[in-house]
Amino acid sequence: MKYAYYPGCSLRGTGRAYEESLLAVFRALDVEIEEIEDWNCCGATTYMSVDELTSYALAGRNLALAEQKHSEIIAPCAACYLVLNKTQHYIRDYPDIRTVVNRALDTIGLKYCDKVRVRHPLDVLLNDVKPETIAAKVKVPLNGLKIAPYYGCQIVRPYSTFDDQGNPTSMERLLEACGAKSVHYPLKTTCCGGSQKGTLPEVGLDLIHYLLSEAQRNGAEVITTVCPLCQFNLESFQKEAGDRHHPTTMPVLYFSQLLALALGAPADTIGLQRGFVPIKPVFANKEIAYA
Amino acid sequence: MELKRTIKFEADRDPEFARWISHTVGGERIRHCLQCGLCSGKCPLSLYMDYTPRRLMHLSREGFKEEVLGSSSIWLCTACYACMVNCPKSINVTHLLYALKQRAIEEKRYPRGFAIPVMARQFSDMVRGSGRITESWLIVKVFLRTSIWRLMGMSGLGLKLLRTGRMPLMRDRIERRADVQKLLDSVAATRKELAI
Repeated sequence: MKYAYYPGCSLRGTGRAYEESLLAVFRALDVEIEEIEDWNCCGATTYMSVDELTSYALAGRNLALAEQKHSEIIAPCAACYLVLNKTQHYIRDYPDIRTVVNRALDTIGLKYCDKVRVRHPLDVLLNDVKPETIAAKVKVPLNGLKIAPYYGCQIVRPYSTFDDQGNPTSMERLLEACGAKSVHYPLKTTCCGGSQKGTLPEVGLDLIHYLLSEAQRNGAEVITTVCPLCQFNLESFQKEAGDRHHPTTMPVLYFSQLLALALGAPADTIGLQRGFVPIKPVFANKEIAYA
Repeated sequence: MELKRTIKFEADRDPEFARWISHTVGGERIRHCLQCGLCSGKCPLSLYMDYTPRRLMHLSREGFKEEVLGSSSIWLCTACYACMVNCPKSINVTHLLYALKQRAIEEKRYPRGFAIPVMARQFSDMVRGSGRITESWLIVKVFLRTSIWRLMGMSGLGLKLLRTGRMPLMRDRIERRADVQKLLDSVAATRKELAI
């Protein structure tokens, strides 16, 4: 089966490494995808919080476009995943919203029939591809690399059904299949502050620091994320958060970068050079012989 | 010494506000709130708030509009949904906070130059114009309108993003931008017609 692929805006900007590595993972595991043609911004948390009705129509256009050819959409960005799912729920539950979205789509010759399922790459890799298949294809074992699996909010809450909302484990299961080892990380679904760092900086920096220091204290060598904004916050403001509290040195990677590396993708094709906190010394220390 | 009444009177309430909040889409269950406080306990931001989510639920369904719309909590919420998934009465606390934020923006109840409404405005303008968001452009536009000093302070980060290829200089745009504009106009028209 071919999946529709909805990258979202962040994966074309700050989150480029996420897309580069995820596509490498899909290639290595023969997951076939096709990008939704001429997709638009889903509205993200910003639009959703100030003009919900319009954001349902924006998401509706992407859903309708995907539906024309596919029955499942892969949405890697946490905000996109949430907005697309929420839109489906609200269109089902509220006739007025259904009317608004249907009429809007009608003006541009599209129709939404609620026949497409929105899925996260974690879900697809865990339940369709399966960790056993991944383990069998590992070329570069991760040699017990200690990861703090960080999910953030919007992948697990409130709509996802593929994992536990309080203590998800899908990321660990995938990375442990490649030889990594997860550390105890009770803050795995605690918020990183989202865009708070931009709007109310002191608060944002506190939240970022708690997440980083907890990972360091529990012996993690790298934090793995599933969300472009989480990755950006934890990495870019690490020094600032350290100046406010106490310093940490913690590389922050997308889970897909480690997966792609283990599946044999060359390091410079999966965005490892795009990070601000160097990861290569950690790999050297663990004798991970990446390509 | 300025003395103020510290007890709230029933007469201070705004019944229209109470009616409005309990009829917002997704917020209907606010009347079922038990005041158990799980939302406040699970909220990662409640320790910074003047009114915690539990108190906001009660104040808003009772119609204490001034307190609610003047509260810092509206702007602190990051929509992490911890309150909502833990609510024993399945109240959409996050969606109620969204509704309050929208109302506060409509009534312009925020400090001058406050970044959140500016960000919201720039975001929707960019979606209308391009169909997609180019993050770097968005951030520059927001800080140009709020704090130039902070924009200068961020130039180091900007350079790092540029060097690692994470800050495209070209704006990302979709082909059928006219479709997005039609879509947005249609929503506005239907919203007016159905008064929602």
